[in-house]
Amino acid sequence: MARMFRILIFIAAFFTCSFSAYGVDRISPPEFETGYQMPVTTTGPPRADIYEYIDVVVLLLTLLLAAYFALKLRSRKCLFVLMLFSLAYFGFWRKGCVCSIGALQNIALALFEPDYALPISVLLFLLLPLVSTLFFGRIFCSAICPIGAIQDLVLLKPVSVPSWLESPLRLFAWLYLSLAILLAATGSAFIICRYDPFIAFFRVSGNINMLITGGCFLIVAIFIGRPYCRFLCPYGVILGQLSRLTKWHVTITPDKCVKCRLCEDSCPFGAIQKPTFQWPRRDYNKDKKRLALLLGLLPIMIISLALLAQTTSGWMSQAHPRVKLATEVFLHETTNVKETTDPVLAFRSTGEDPQQLYAQALHIRSQFKTGTFILGAFLGLVIALKLITHALRVPISDYQTEKAACLSCARCFEYCPYEHARLKNKLTSGDDK
Amino acid sequence: MAKDKNSLNRRQFFKNSLHIGCLSVLAGLATMLFGKTVKSELVWQIDPNKCISCGNCANHCVLEISAVKCVHAYAMCGYCDLCTGFLESSPKTLDSGAENELCPTGALIRTFVEDPFYQYTIDEPLCIGCAKCVKGCNAFGNGSLFLQVRHDRCTNCNECSIATACPSGAFKRVPATNPYLLKDVRNS
Repeated sequence: MARMFRILIFIAAFFTCSFSAYGVDRISPPEFETGYQMPVTTTGPPRADIYEYIDVVVLLLTLLLAAYFALKLRSRKCLFVLMLFSLAYFGFWRKGCVCSIGALQNIALALFEPDYALPISVLLFLLLPLVSTLFFGRIFCSAICPIGAIQDLVLLKPVSVPSWLESPLRLFAWLYLSLAILLAATGSAFIICRYDPFIAFFRVSGNINMLITGGCFLIVAIFIGRPYCRFLCPYGVILGQLSRLTKWHVTITPDKCVKCRLCEDSCPFGAIQKPTFQWPRRDYNKDKKRLALLLGLLPIMIISLALLAQTTSGWMSQAHPRVKLATEVFLHETTNVKETTDPVLAFRSTGEDPQQLYAQALHIRSQFKTGTFILGAFLGLVIALKLITHALRVPISDYQTEKAACLSCARCFEYCPYEHARLKNKLTSGDDK
Repeated sequence: MAKDKNSLNRRQFFKNSLHIGCLSVLAGLATMLFGKTVKSELVWQIDPNKCISCGNCANHCVLEISAVKCVHAYAMCGYCDLCTGFLESSPKTLDSGAENELCPTGALIRTFVEDPFYQYTIDEPLCIGCAKCVKGCNAFGNGSLFLQVRHDRCTNCNECSIATACPSGAFKRVPATNPYLLKDVRNS
């Protein structure tokens, strides 16, 4: 009986109070007679700030160590151990986030979004490997990047990719880079993070799609060395180009090259360039004509790809949450839909004017129009330049590493007889002491 | 011979100038962005005033058990016998039987305080962040139950999967020094 009474009081109170603002003080807070202590809402703290800086210091130290191991000691064993450490620390301990590859997106967003706060550790994570590449080559790729490390670890039966296939496959990395920067700069999505194939392994948790994708990548990586690094990594593209300007790059031979051909098949990543011979005069003329044609093709390629890419700006802008919301709201406002979706309900409850939303969406759409134009032009430039470099005949005198593709993994060192001589000298000179 | 030496020098000069050029571009980028940097790490948090209790928080977290959990602002609670966040819409009896509870995992615990007040606490390991209690509490109660990202569990992804799936855009980045957006009697 008392309970029924309480329920009736409650319903009456509800009806009288329901006209006030939502979610507030429908039922007045109780006055406790016994000495009841209200519990406190617990708040578990996040990771202390100091660990962020520790991560940056570890990155710096490992970069310097990798440079020392690759260039001075020339030891694959040391690099391998360092790689295992990086996999453990940056991969499994830090769960693969924040990584230098993803930091590209944060920087892109920081450049274009005025009120985006960029953590300083993310900026350093991007810059430190870039600076180290300018001096030491792609040592970041060989011994520090956890994504590269996990692929390198499973490389058991390397199969070489034919050169005619390797070059176009590398284009995917350029495409991924441009898409990632476009979508990050417009504030739409961080696709590098979203489609990271190995993150499920680092977190030891993930949905079945992520696990299967990661597993497939690893199975491919058993045979084709570092598929993500060579054909997809957007950061690797930048590191590769910077590596061409590097001050001290690894060389296959510590001394001079006698073209003994022993290192020819030693690189699982296809980064060794064979020496070239003198071409007969007849071919030289044909090549000049081809080069002239390709140079003429360059502006056509840029413009045509730019215009082609711009046609995709409509559906690509749907990646932005505001544009997607605007499309949904417009659909609900103008036609009769059976069920209102959650986003539309949430939007309506904010009381925001739909016209403002549409205006915002149109502004973002125009940003995408310019963005896709630039993306297409950039890709056109890259493809044309790639064709031109293939048409150019650069005489190479020694067996050397292709600077952009070489990951400084030090696998090829042991194939060189001069390397063996150096190691023997080191041993004997050590004994002499 | 001299010609060869010159061409090598020219190439080396070109390479060196590009090298210095790249370094200065990086330095320029660093100084330009340095002004925008924040010292503190930023973490994800839910703005409880924007949340519509859709239930995506339980499903979209990259972790097996979501890092989002229900939190109770005790000062706002009415301590009701008929708690609409605890009990389902037509309960058989007003007690903590499983058939009467909204919570699918039984994480919301009801204890008797004094007549007619009951205390509602959340057993955090059991909570999955499905927002059923939040919806009930907001609909007919004071709205003292709300969802928050628990930072002792959250991995602080660069792009939060739940933030992407949130229909009301309730997820935002807050500094790690003040990582919770708790409901208070004053700002509700």
